[in-house]
Amino acid sequence: MNIVVLVKQVPDSGAERSLAGDGWSVDRSGGTNVINEMDEYAIEEALRLKDETGAQVTLLTVGPDHAVDSIRKALSMGPDAAVHVSDEAVAGSDALGTAKVIAAALGTLEYDLILSGAESTDGGVQVLPHLLAELLDIAALTGARKVTVEDGGLLVERQTEDGYEVLRASGKAIVSVWDTINTPRYPSLKGIMAAKRKPVTTLTLADLGVDAATVGRSGAATTVLSAEPRPARGAGVKVADNGDGGDQLVAYLTAEKFV
Amino acid sequence: MHFGLSEEYSQLRETVRAFAQDKVAPVIGEYYENRQFPYELIKQMGDMGLFGLPFSEEYGGMGGDYFALCLVLEELARVDSSVAITLEAAVSLGAMPIYRFGTEEQKATWLPRLCRGEALAAFGLTEPGGGSDAGATKTKAVVDGDEWVINGSKCFITNAGTDITDFVTVTAVTGTTPKGGPEISSIIVPRGTPGFTVAEEYSKVGWLASDTRELFFDDVRVPLANLVGERGRGYAQFLRILDEGRIAIAALSVGLAQGCVDESVKYSRQREAFGRPIGENQAIQFMIADMETRAHMSRLGYYDAARRMLAGEPFKRQAAIAKLYASESAVDNARAATQIHGGYGFMNETPVARMWRDSKILEIGEGTSEVQRMIIARDLGF
Ligand SMILES: Cc1cc2nc3c(=O)[nH]c(=O)nc-3n(C[C@H](O)[C@H](O)[C@H](O)COP(=O)(O)OP(=O)(O)OC[C@H]3O[C@@H](n4cnc5c(N)ncnc54)[C@H](O)[C@@H]3O)c2cc1C
Repeated sequence: MNIVVLVKQVPDSGAERSLAGDGWSVDRSGGTNVINEMDEYAIEEALRLKDETGAQVTLLTVGPDHAVDSIRKALSMGPDAAVHVSDEAVAGSDALGTAKVIAAALGTLEYDLILSGAESTDGGVQVLPHLLAELLDIAALTGARKVTVEDGGLLVERQTEDGYEVLRASGKAIVSVWDTINTPRYPSLKGIMAAKRKPVTTLTLADLGVDAATVGRSGAATTVLSAEPRPARGAGVKVADNGDGGDQLVAYLTAEKFV
Repeated sequence: MHFGLSEEYSQLRETVRAFAQDKVAPVIGEYYENRQFPYELIKQMGDMGLFGLPFSEEYGGMGGDYFALCLVLEELARVDSSVAITLEAAVSLGAMPIYRFGTEEQKATWLPRLCRGEALAAFGLTEPGGGSDAGATKTKAVVDGDEWVINGSKCFITNAGTDITDFVTVTAVTGTTPKGGPEISSIIVPRGTPGFTVAEEYSKVGWLASDTRELFFDDVRVPLANLVGERGRGYAQFLRILDEGRIAIAALSVGLAQGCVDESVKYSRQREAFGRPIGENQAIQFMIADMETRAHMSRLGYYDAARRMLAGEPFKRQAAIAKLYASESAVDNARAATQIHGGYGFMNETPVARMWRDSKILEIGEGTSEVQRMIIARDLGF
């Protein structure tokens, strides 16, 4: 079995994040870029299937040159190889543009299963798996909390608000996962050393035969109308308990959709 | 010339730092309070390959080196010393004698499980009658047919009594040297060998989530093949093991010293007295600056000793200096960090309280500070 895991380098959500000079895109130049957290769960799931079935695991990323640092780190967890699409013209792509590039890159790879995180911490649009499924004409099983490989297909438990659904697919599929699915492993020293020697293929849009005009800022199907830095954190709410403290707390938590 | 770390070393350090913060820090307080051995954490460390770090892949190791082990020990001890000493003792005292001096068969039998962290081994040198004077070993082993018969006892032995301990390598007198002194050899005693008893866990001041035991040998019989290395080479062997181990203890001490800095910086920024954070007082800033200085200098000390060792240069003196300076720095930093935390520093739930309790042993284990000074002085020609 061949598994491709989609990974993305994102600004560390634990550190200060800011908007780039254009006022609407995320500043990716900072030193604190990491692998999108949810993608680590997708990698772990692929490695779990690799341990089980001996699958080949390839990472696929679209991103600037420095995304290769995150790729090496991800390879140290255990995947076999990586493909990095790096092209100035991809910058500013919306989800559809990115999906077109990924679909083209997948065209150069053998795959039975594509795994991805359910969302990224920088964009958070959650549509990429669906867009890819449409472009590639394969099944989309999204929001998985469990993946099982069966004879000739896949069984997936999809996390929902109040339980889970069981989905079955035969043939190729893309599965996106939530962080409830597993606990990602830490790389071992052997993994770290091996990662240096693993093949990372770098491709440009020309290599993929993608017309630069159909992606990037100019080719985007959506436009960001406005973006604002996150407002400073508010002072919080103090509940004074005059006998109805409990009710006030419940009302607050319900209003803020915590419960 | 520079002390910068290669990409692999830094990535390993980062990985272990994340593990220590995310997995060890949240749970270790409870293990410590309950004096429980943290099997679950040890298993995770095993899965990460930490127990096989400096061993070759042939025996299930990671193909790294001793410096990699030291970096890992520093990062673990920055958060907690019990897991760090468990790893240190398992690798540098438990597995290393077999790796360095064992027969092919001994290596093939024991090392793979040790490298995976599925099993632990211990090294029993210290006896109730004395530890500093290692030549004064009283435990005896005599040959009877094709077996060694061992009698005696050992004390304060790390990792000797866990559920996953496979064996203890013990030093014993096996005869008299041509010069008339005791001939000392090292012998593997597997767990469960009749006559080999492991006492209950000690009531310790610190390292409460690590395993330390007293051992008794009462006509314990093991095959002659359990001899580690050459007969009569036991003394030379453990001197080598202890020289290396000092670099590891230095690294562990640096971790504790640095952990004290981390906690003190955090706390002094947030704790207020007289209407402002205590960290705005120069008196507190200077304490922390001194702590950072000690941690930094101690780190350079162990980096240098490890570099010499890996380069095959003499490193005995430098290892002793690194261990002496780092352990005393750890104790100084723990005392200062506790002071900065005020009353909370005296409460067990505060991480620096754990560091304070864990620091003192660093000046005692694997050679006391006095022994380190003796080694340094001797190396200077005294
Ligand atoms: C938690 C813990 C874990 C341990 N783990 C292990 C282990 O895994 N394996 C193992 O073999 N041992 C282990 N030890 C033992 C440790 O290495 C010894 O305690 C240490 O070497 C000191 O020996 P001692 O306790 O017998 O002290 P002693 O040798 O009795 O020394 C007592 C004091 O006298 C001083 N002294 C002795 N001789 C001189 C001298 N010539 N000049 C000046 N001062 C001197 C010492 O420095 C010390 O201050 C452990 C100890 C502890 C507490």
